[in-house]
Amino acid sequence: MRGLALAGVAIAIHGRSLVPPLDLEVAPSEVVTVMGASGAGKSTLLAYIGGFLDPVFTATGRIYVDGREVTRLAAERRGIGILFQDDLLFPHLSVGGNLAFGLAPHLRGRAARRRAIEAALAKAGLAGFAARDPATLSGGQRARVALLRTLLAEPRALLLDEPFAKLDTALRRDVRSFVFTHARERALPTLLVTHDAADAEAAGGRVVTLAGGA
Amino acid sequence: MRARPPILALAPLVTIALFLVPIAAGLGGTLLPAFGWFPAIGGMHLSLRPWAMLFAYPGFATALRLTLAVGIGATLLSLGLAIGISALAQGRPRFHRLEQLLTPLLAAPHAAAAIGFAFLLAPSGWIVRLLSPWLTGWHEPPALVTIEDPLGLAFIAGLLLKEVPYLVLMIAGAAGQVPVAPSLAAARSMGYSRPVAWLKIVLPQVYPQIRLPVYAVLAFSLSVVEVGLVLGPSDPPTLPVLAARWFADYDLRLYFPAAAAASLQLVLVVLAIASWRLAERVVAGLGRLWIERGGRRGAARGAALIGAGLGGLALAAGLLSLAGMAVWSLAASWRFPEFLPAHWSFRNWARHADAVLPPAAATAAIAAAAALLALALALLCLENEQRRGRPAGNRALWLLYLPLLVPQIAFLFGAQVILVRLGLDGSFVATVWAHLLFVLPYVFLSLADPWRSLDPRFARIAAGLGAGPWRVFFRVKLPMLLRPLLTALAVGFAVSVGQYLPTVFAGAGRIATLTTEAVTLSGGGDRRIVGLYAFLQAVLPLLFYSGALLLPALIYRRRKGMA
Repeated sequence: MRGLALAGVAIAIHGRSLVPPLDLEVAPSEVVTVMGASGAGKSTLLAYIGGFLDPVFTATGRIYVDGREVTRLAAERRGIGILFQDDLLFPHLSVGGNLAFGLAPHLRGRAARRRAIEAALAKAGLAGFAARDPATLSGGQRARVALLRTLLAEPRALLLDEPFAKLDTALRRDVRSFVFTHARERALPTLLVTHDAADAEAAGGRVVTLAGGA
Repeated sequence: MRARPPILALAPLVTIALFLVPIAAGLGGTLLPAFGWFPAIGGMHLSLRPWAMLFAYPGFATALRLTLAVGIGATLLSLGLAIGISALAQGRPRFHRLEQLLTPLLAAPHAAAAIGFAFLLAPSGWIVRLLSPWLTGWHEPPALVTIEDPLGLAFIAGLLLKEVPYLVLMIAGAAGQVPVAPSLAAARSMGYSRPVAWLKIVLPQVYPQIRLPVYAVLAFSLSVVEVGLVLGPSDPPTLPVLAARWFADYDLRLYFPAAAAASLQLVLVVLAIASWRLAERVVAGLGRLWIERGGRRGAARGAALIGAGLGGLALAAGLLSLAGMAVWSLAASWRFPEFLPAHWSFRNWARHADAVLPPAAATAAIAAAAALLALALALLCLENEQRRGRPAGNRALWLLYLPLLVPQIAFLFGAQVILVRLGLDGSFVATVWAHLLFVLPYVFLSLADPWRSLDPRFARIAAGLGAGPWRVFFRVKLPMLLRPLLTALAVGFAVSVGQYLPTVFAGAGRIATLTTEAVTLSGGGDRRIVGLYAFLQAVLPLLFYSGALLLPALIYRRRKGMA
């Protein structure tokens, strides 16, 4: 089966259930939105899928990427890309350096890698930005570079942890459609976590609501 | 804005004068005899004879090579191992437990760690006992030379015990300004293994902030005397040990080559730091290419694992060294190859109490005085900076590090000459001042970050309630910062307890501390007695650290916000 699948995933903290058992299949190119109030365990769920769950939580259930179980793999071996609320562009690298960090290692040779980066930037409307210091970029530009970096690593599934929350309203629409377009173009199964109903509407896919551990 | 009271406005000036004037005068007082000028013992003409005497010393070339190998080798290794540990452990939830484990190592003086390490390595030490007789077949301590090896390997290893934990802590402190855990998560979601992600993302952001501590380690490892006396080869020793030996000789004519060696030591340190700086640029350039190649695991991961493994070994050896001294000091009978003594007793302690108490009291008195003075100066400087509304820049930081970068041997001799002139040599005051030079930087650095990051709105609210600046200082800032204040005091205390050369020079051999006694006794003598001195020397600062942790918890036991 292609795509991202959760089988009976449940998360608890100190014996108290936070995320009830959840079965979910996200097909390639599909965006599924997980909604819930803050504290409902949305980000915790993403952390478990991505492989970053804090050990204070106990989680059960299995995670599959393209039919392969990844539940016990280290985060770096899962092939799951994540975009966080903060863009986390590395300040010691240029825009091009950040993208080169993301770009999958099987593309070899400095010239070839540089061409791939230039092409990705051009396609995102950021041609000529490779040498720029990330600190000089606008919020929208930073968000785009962060997504490009994640995509260049060639993940097989994408997790979005409220990546639009810190953008102002005018920008949010642009960045949203940029992210969804790119994710669909690469046929990525995408799981979006948000508490903003407008995000879910823009994603246009199924919505799963977490009630929270209360 | 209200004018600053003179005590504040003058604080930075006094502090700098306390630093720069003695160091400059001391360097001058060492350089002049290096060129033959020392009227008190008949050097009336400038000449190059001291240098000729130094170069003619039969072991000179070997001593020079050894100095560079130990200094640069120990710095490269301790930085590498500290980076390995950080790459593997940082950003994990339980990292702070490791930091707690480092405290006894950080508090212990270099001399104590070196003596404990010599015990550990000795033919009758724990390492051989652990492997005997089942593996080695030895029923008697073997006739092996484990320390003072001509290559300085034991010397380098002994330095690692202290430098690795110090750099791990410095890296952790600098990483506090980098979002380590989220950055590592982002990199791992792109397929990077944890250590490679740390090396490519965190290290480049952290290194600029640990540059000065690394230079301090480099300067110290090149110039250290007491560790060389305990663990290093003696024929020839490293250059600073040679200079210290000549300075202490009855033959006053040896002052001249000693001054030349001490001056050469300064040149070595300056050149080493300059070369290190250049190498940084090359490494940074290569590092950028390496980052952009996009490798996810590779050899770097293996290197980080090896570094972390060796680093963990260094930390374990350090803790065992400290424990070993305690065991020796309490051992009534301890046959080879038994792992622990068959009988324990305090008899050794009781028998030597009369001899140990005076140096212990002197150590504590000097350390308390130096740490309190340093704390007062640091507080005044920081308060001045805050009221002036402008933080001290990068240049001030270099100035602060100056006593840690200039080799002690290069200015202490000159400074002693001046103290003799003033009739202050061998006095309590002179010794406290000499310690202050090295205590103040650490106290200031330890206090500066918490002081500067205290939310300024507390002071504004207090001022809005009618409190004057001094009332704010005493009633708001000091109580809120009690914990970092006491920590800085404990750091200063520990640094002072560890000072060897400043005590020897400023004390003119008349002031005995636990450190000077332990180093003197370590040459020969009974392991039980040496163990006692070195153990006390290590435990005294640790008691202070524990106090610094416990006292605020006790005072603020009903204040959860201060926990």
